[in-house]
Amino acid sequence: MEAILKSALPILILVVEALVLLVVALLHVAYTTYAERKVIGHMQQRIGPNRVGPRGLLQPIADVLKLLTKEDIVPLGADRSLFYLAPLISLVAGATSLSVIPVWDKFVLANVNVGLLVILALSSLSSYGVILSGWASNSRYAFLGGLRASAQVISYEVAMALSLVGVMLMAGSMNLAEIVRAQTATPFKIYAIPQIVGFFVFMVSAIAETNRVPFDLPEAETELVAGYFVEYSGIRFGLFYLAEYFGMVVMSAVAVTCFLGGWAGPFEVPGIPFFWFLVKLYALLFFYIWVRATLPRYRYDQLMGLGWKILIPLSLANILVTGLLKLWV
Amino acid sequence: MGELGLALRYLPILILAILVFVIGVSMLIVNGILGLQRPYPEKLTRYECGLPPSGEPRHPFTVKFYAIAILFVVFDVEAVFLYPWAVSFNRLGGLAYVEMVIFIALLLVAYFYAWIRGAFQWE
Repeated sequence: MEAILKSALPILILVVEALVLLVVALLHVAYTTYAERKVIGHMQQRIGPNRVGPRGLLQPIADVLKLLTKEDIVPLGADRSLFYLAPLISLVAGATSLSVIPVWDKFVLANVNVGLLVILALSSLSSYGVILSGWASNSRYAFLGGLRASAQVISYEVAMALSLVGVMLMAGSMNLAEIVRAQTATPFKIYAIPQIVGFFVFMVSAIAETNRVPFDLPEAETELVAGYFVEYSGIRFGLFYLAEYFGMVVMSAVAVTCFLGGWAGPFEVPGIPFFWFLVKLYALLFFYIWVRATLPRYRYDQLMGLGWKILIPLSLANILVTGLLKLWV
Repeated sequence: MGELGLALRYLPILILAILVFVIGVSMLIVNGILGLQRPYPEKLTRYECGLPPSGEPRHPFTVKFYAIAILFVVFDVEAVFLYPWAVSFNRLGGLAYVEMVIFIALLLVAYFYAWIRGAFQWE
């Protein structure tokens, strides 16, 4: 009995830790939607949500409650099992990446040696949710959206994977906590300065990977209505929405860890060891929203051209130059 | 730390994945209980901006998407080869760098071939 208890205890602690991380992340995701509406509102000289709770602060909760009470419609002719599975795949693939991100020096849920590989693998998996929902919905808009999304996601996946090679070259590791420690040991403190090209390529591909403006062609409200999830309703639609914002948070967290020095900051903030991580995370999330409020949507040929003709050669050149500099210095 | 210990380090990833899945499914169950169910034929048709749906929704699609998928496989495999090289770059030294330059140059031949044949050209 005692032996069982002893072996079960660490797992129990892990479950509790995972649950805490997940709840905090969910709150962040929910309030990213609020921040997005509020910031874009102000950028367009509107007020944004202000009815539910003080300053509209309860708006995300009201949204979830509304979606939970909506009818869950499955269109005729849809492939039911795939239709049900797709949003769950998107959500699980989007949110699980959180487990390898070091929030601060002493807290990372899964301290694995190949953290970056896990993140890239999971972000590839999330394209399954997109493709399957587009196929299973038995709808034209969803089908076109799914096709576009899959081509876009795999194109930018390559650019993103190559842009991170420069970071691995400099850090000599794929463990995200090790990358942060290697960064703070360099004279610049962050890799965003020596790896400025990699950082640029990574941010552009991160926006494209999460299907956000200006690369939101899979969703393109004005031509495809909502793209691959047009037939989804109720909380199933909500799950896709959640997955997209989880993707945003995860991609920003990866950028903070790989390029902006993770939890390290110019000075220690007493009591809140993850202070600088959150500050950088919020700055990048604000950047996402700012881009959305500013830029118009790309055309599809421009999108593919940017990915294949500019970002991939750029990141390959970045790898070669970084390697050369490492040999010399 | 043995083989099992190494595998255990990946356990938290699995735990988090299961937790997310459980939360997603429980939200679906709550939606099933709270949400009303009043289906009728018009509601269940697929959405085509209010017009009655016509024809088969799953068109044949352009072969370009297929070409992109093949190119993706080529370049993703390249990235997979680059990762171990990058991580152990310090131990490998200059010769490994030259080898990688040759490897990337060989891939660039294929890349420019695809470019010239118009694989990245969308009209």
